[in-house]
Amino acid sequence: MNYVLDYYNYWIVVFLMMAGFYVVISANNLVKKIVGLNIFQTSVFMLYITMGKVSGGTAPILVEGVTQYSNPLPHVLILTAIVVGVATTAVGLSLIVRIKRSYGTVEENEFENKDDAI
Amino acid sequence: MAELIDLVLLGMLAITAIGVIVLKDLFAVVMLFGIYSFLSALIFVSLDAVDVAFTEASVGAGISTVLMLGTLALTGRKEKENQHSSLLPLLVVLITGAALIYGTLDMPPFGAADNPVHEHVAPRYIEESPKEVGLPNMVTSVLASYRGFDTLGETVVVFAAAVGVLSLLGVVRREEDDAPESGLKEHRVLHVVAKLIIPMIILFALYVQFHGDFGPGGGFQAGVIAAAAFILYALVYGLPLAFRVVSPKFLQVMAAFGVLLYASVGLYSMSQGGQFLDYNKLAADPIAGQHYGIIIIELGVGITVFAVMLSIFYAFGSQAERSNIK
Repeated sequence: MNYVLDYYNYWIVVFLMMAGFYVVISANNLVKKIVGLNIFQTSVFMLYITMGKVSGGTAPILVEGVTQYSNPLPHVLILTAIVVGVATTAVGLSLIVRIKRSYGTVEENEFENKDDAI
Repeated sequence: MAELIDLVLLGMLAITAIGVIVLKDLFAVVMLFGIYSFLSALIFVSLDAVDVAFTEASVGAGISTVLMLGTLALTGRKEKENQHSSLLPLLVVLITGAALIYGTLDMPPFGAADNPVHEHVAPRYIEESPKEVGLPNMVTSVLASYRGFDTLGETVVVFAAAVGVLSLLGVVRREEDDAPESGLKEHRVLHVVAKLIIPMIILFALYVQFHGDFGPGGGFQAGVIAAAAFILYALVYGLPLAFRVVSPKFLQVMAAFGVLLYASVGLYSMSQGGQFLDYNKLAADPIAGQHYGIIIIELGVGITVFAVMLSIFYAFGSQAERSNIK
């Protein structure tokens, strides 16, 4: 049981990463691909935050009488990554809107044929 | 007990991810993604990352979901049936996953205090930052002071994303007369409730902005929360009215202003004989200098994030309204 607890977080991270990866490579719909990319991205966040956790530690905000804090560095890296992530997602989504306007579809397989027609 | 919460929440996260794979209704997929973000935020809280949880809840579950729904309004909510065999992707994913699982076995055990990640710079941040920077929230100290240069880069990326979205979509302004029916005109209850809630959201955003030095929060979260207040206004009362409250032009200026405010702190510290973003030089007392520097750059971050998020929403929202007329 201890062994499972030690690695459970990492395994879930790998599962989520692969779930996102699967959506990205198997889905035809571009919006769904973006959702897949976001799931992949969140799994990376989860990996970083998992590594920053110290058992028995507390959130890295100074409190009288507490000596054990979790690692603040991964928190900083991921905090900014989340905001940058939504900004890049927005760029991706606006590309999809433009694709819809130009080709009339957001399904990858249909889009290919239209491209040939032009 | 904490382990049990962790186990259950991570399990729920995995189930939500499976739901995203299986479902064909994209509206449901986007809603599940919102739930996924909220669950992640809860897990971040249980892993002591309160600042990150704050950001994930406001950005992932709030703004991302709204933007994806805005896209769905333009591209349709049904995913077409997929004729491809899903065997090859499944095989690729299984092999990659197996390799990664094998890799995790070499990872140090979860939560041990002597893991390599905790032995490099982290002890210095934890022990020295309250003395050197003088703030109780170490995440803010590291974000704004030690890694201030990095955060400036991130703010520029956010700004660049707004430039990208606006040049791809642009904000369509319409004359008042031919503006289509917009907003939820019929729903009087929503109008009243929104009017009550919006000032509170803005007040909370200001609290998060200026209390970020002492508790969880800061410019990134505050900017997103403030943008959420105006997005709510635009959804309930319609975009034309929202444009009159905060015009798209004004937002573009504000987005640039925030980045420039941040960078100008760096230039000012150089003019005082320090290095770029060396807050110690901002005042006679180094600790006071750190405080001034952090408050100003967090304000810059907050202004830019607010302006960028709202501009992106305007861009998507005005597209949706235009396509509805056709």
